[in-house]
Amino acid sequence: MDKGRVGDETRVPIGSDVDILTARQRGRALASELGFPNSSLVLIATAISELARNIVLYAKRGEIVLGRIERDGHQGIQVTARDEGPGIPDVGLAMQSGYSTSGSLGLGLPGVRRLMDEFEIVSGAGKGTTVMAKKWKR
Amino acid sequence: MEVPILKQGPYLIASVQSALTDADLLQLRDGLVEKVGRFRSRGVIVDVTALDVMDSFASRMLRDIAHMIRLRGAETVIVGFQPEVAFAMVQLGLTLEGVATALDLEEGLAFLDQKIKGNERGQGPRG
Repeated sequence: MDKGRVGDETRVPIGSDVDILTARQRGRALASELGFPNSSLVLIATAISELARNIVLYAKRGEIVLGRIERDGHQGIQVTARDEGPGIPDVGLAMQSGYSTSGSLGLGLPGVRRLMDEFEIVSGAGKGTTVMAKKWKR
Repeated sequence: MEVPILKQGPYLIASVQSALTDADLLQLRDGLVEKVGRFRSRGVIVDVTALDVMDSFASRMLRDIAHMIRLRGAETVIVGFQPEVAFAMVQLGLTLEGVATALDLEEGLAFLDQKIKGNERGQGPRG
């Protein structure tokens, strides 16, 4: 995956349901500033909501980092969800549709991948979880 | 922000005005389930026109509301899903199966009127 240029970043600490709201509102504001159409704002905000929710559910706390990126003259937004929680022992399994360890909550990662253009996850048992997702302006 | 719940004849109408935290959603659920008994309401409308994000938790809460209200003997209809929100929900696999939806408040009221008349007919002769 290309790195893309990472500009100034916004960090939102995640520890409660109120932070989930803050993160998605910040993300929406940044994407709006970047000129994404309304339909994309909804997708980006929804993806951030699910990523932040996963942090609260599985790791209790972590952070969402929002940043503008650029590649080949295209602008985009990068959403990074980072925690030092228990991690995901089997990432492949977690990426299968319908898989969730907490029952009906957090349909989660495969859904987030569908909402965004690029998706990358690094995790392992005891290693925490980092999810990087990008959306490009068309 | 707490969602106001208005009594309108035999119905309760909850109009979501702004983004909701999980705590707000739980409060909405509990408020509706309680008020349906207090006002002996026959139907509930939850208007989500103002919502720009419907994630897995919010979606589960709406489903829980509809199912709990049904167990209390009333009907629920969710109205006002915006096109972009509907698209994002489908991408996430949040289909709200078993929950009645309508385009807007007007359609929601028409749905409940019809549903409740239907239920009353099914209960035998009246008047």
